[in-house]
Amino acid sequence: MTSSDKRKGPSPTRRDVLTIGAAGGVLLAAPWIARPALAQEGPIKIGFPVPLTGPYGSEAQEQARCAQIAVDEFNAAGGLGGRMAELLVRDDKLKSGEAATRTLELIEKDGADFICGSLSASVQLAVNTVCAERGKIYNSISQSDAINEAGNFTKYTFHEALNPHMTAGAVGHHVFPDSGKRVAFLIADYAYGHEMARGFKVAGADYGIEVVAEVTHPLASKDFSTFLPQIQAANPDVLCLCNFGFDQLNSLKQATSFGMKNQMKMIAPALLYNQRRAGGADIYSGVVGGTNYYWKLEDEIASAKAFNDSYRAQNDGAPPSDYGAYGYAGVGVLLDAVKSAGSTDTDAVIGALETLKYDKYKGQQYYRSCDHQSVQSVFIIESKDEADMENEYDVFRVLATASADEGALRSCAELGHG
Amino acid sequence: MTLNLFLLQLFTGVALGSVFVLLAIGLSLIFGLLTVVNFAHGAFYMVGAYVGVFLLGLTGNFWVALILVPFVVGAMGLVVERFLVRPLYGRGIDYPLLLTFGLGLVLVELVRIVFGLEGVPFDVPDALQGAVNIGIGWFPLYRLFLIAVTIALVVGLWLFLEKTSFGLIIRAGARDPEIMRVLGVDISRVWLMVFGIGTGLAGVAGVLSAPMTSVIPDMGTSVLVEAFVVTVVGGMGSLLGAVVAGLMVGIIISMTALFYPELADLAMFILMAAVLLVRPQGLFGRKGLMG
Repeated sequence: MTSSDKRKGPSPTRRDVLTIGAAGGVLLAAPWIARPALAQEGPIKIGFPVPLTGPYGSEAQEQARCAQIAVDEFNAAGGLGGRMAELLVRDDKLKSGEAATRTLELIEKDGADFICGSLSASVQLAVNTVCAERGKIYNSISQSDAINEAGNFTKYTFHEALNPHMTAGAVGHHVFPDSGKRVAFLIADYAYGHEMARGFKVAGADYGIEVVAEVTHPLASKDFSTFLPQIQAANPDVLCLCNFGFDQLNSLKQATSFGMKNQMKMIAPALLYNQRRAGGADIYSGVVGGTNYYWKLEDEIASAKAFNDSYRAQNDGAPPSDYGAYGYAGVGVLLDAVKSAGSTDTDAVIGALETLKYDKYKGQQYYRSCDHQSVQSVFIIESKDEADMENEYDVFRVLATASADEGALRSCAELGHG
Repeated sequence: MTLNLFLLQLFTGVALGSVFVLLAIGLSLIFGLLTVVNFAHGAFYMVGAYVGVFLLGLTGNFWVALILVPFVVGAMGLVVERFLVRPLYGRGIDYPLLLTFGLGLVLVELVRIVFGLEGVPFDVPDALQGAVNIGIGWFPLYRLFLIAVTIALVVGLWLFLEKTSFGLIIRAGARDPEIMRVLGVDISRVWLMVFGIGTGLAGVAGVLSAPMTSVIPDMGTSVLVEAFVVTVVGGMGSLLGAVVAGLMVGIIISMTALFYPELADLAMFILMAAVLLVRPQGLFGRKGLMG
């Protein structure tokens, strides 16, 4: 913009040169005035790399939609003293290499001030590394929390989403006391799956569960039939489905067709709203799981109502999903911190995030100081049967709430923080 | 490890293989007769599932959808052959390959625009719900049905090709299209039909898979890879090869899942590499078809 302005028009007259020279002199002489003024130019850019295509595509699209709402709200409220925010959505294709490249481009080429996004453990690690190297804040909205461990954590790392320990722990503490003790695991063979299984086992140890089968499947499997007979043969009381996205739906669909629901209770650490809607009531009937958010919370939580209403206004009255809400909160809290810091300066915003007590959509949250994990509540939900549904969006019933509590997290020492 | 578990796992592999068989015979048929490497096959499979969803919503009847889908998708195949593939005959094998590759991307994108990225529910029809005890353990009734349909289709196709006069023309046309032209046979009509049948089979495979997996625009992508592996292992252009290799791949995937799940994804590629080392034309393939 500025360079093209300079070029148009006739060649500069002597007076112009003098004026420009004088102005330049003032600029050079007073950098403490000029620099901040230059930095405030242009919009606040938030890079948002998520896997728009691939097995988690439906969750990622939703995250992008919700993140945009957070940006729109920030702008509607006047931005940062008139400076607007802008969301730059990129497809990381659920590949760490792709995500690293996109993130680097976002920072170097597009001039992103903050990065928020990703939906898988390895991708998140890659994005975290790039952001740490470039000194940009990264707020992760993926469950896996390897980035919060001392080896990967830097001051730029924030984790807005729940983590497997919290989610599986909450579900385990709810289910295991009243269920049989024979527990089987179907695990997507990557960090998320194994972390979830570990969360269940830690919770289950208190109730003396016995692991009778532990079957891993490749990420994004299409057919689970080959993994199911082993689980059937082990004859468990509970089957923990430690997988995500379409994997969750497909494995549940096929397990149901094998008649396994009659033999065992099925639980999923993160019981997904989108997949439940895509799968239908029959397949999910009786399944219990955890979630960061379910839109019906609006009956009790004011911020949930406000978020739902913004989303509904743009989406023909449909409520937002659990993972969508992560996108909203992840970007929203960054912008809140920018406002409270009064600048986009990285260290100032980090300071603001560390002290922020925020309620974007589900009640009070804050980032734990040692690892920047967002301390928040987990909701235990059960899928409703067709007959009990009031409308097509009314798919879950909230059974219990595990309230925001640092005790539900792995301790700072466990994560290696000194 | 009990014998029953082993047998059940084997049987699971057969059921899994039958989807591969359905996919591969369509692909193999088109290649064997037209020497068109159809990269849009996975997309037609996906379209089959979505047409099934649409027809199911319209009629509420799975059986009507199952019967109509191959005709709808097959008709699309006819249009594609007539207006897109036909102008490329005689221009070398890579032209139709690139065309169908692009067509596949376009179809996926169109479906994404119309139906969205979210999965669409598709339940197992009531009559086929639940599991039955097959003596060695419980097995989904729907997968038994799938095996039966595959057998019926393969036998039907074989009878059509071997015992009818149109089948005779198709087989002769595959050997030497020039002579057939000289004999006064409209060979382009034959090719049109074959392409339609091949895509129709992909459509059937799609609608049959819909109740087992999620109906999403990307569903054809991974399936295309599997279909090609099966076709290459069995021999490009060989129906018998497609059947044998389809079942083989299904069983191998199933057995690896039981004994060494880390390799479940790779097993079929290892099989393919091994077969290609020993028999570059595939198990039942003719030599020099790609030339």
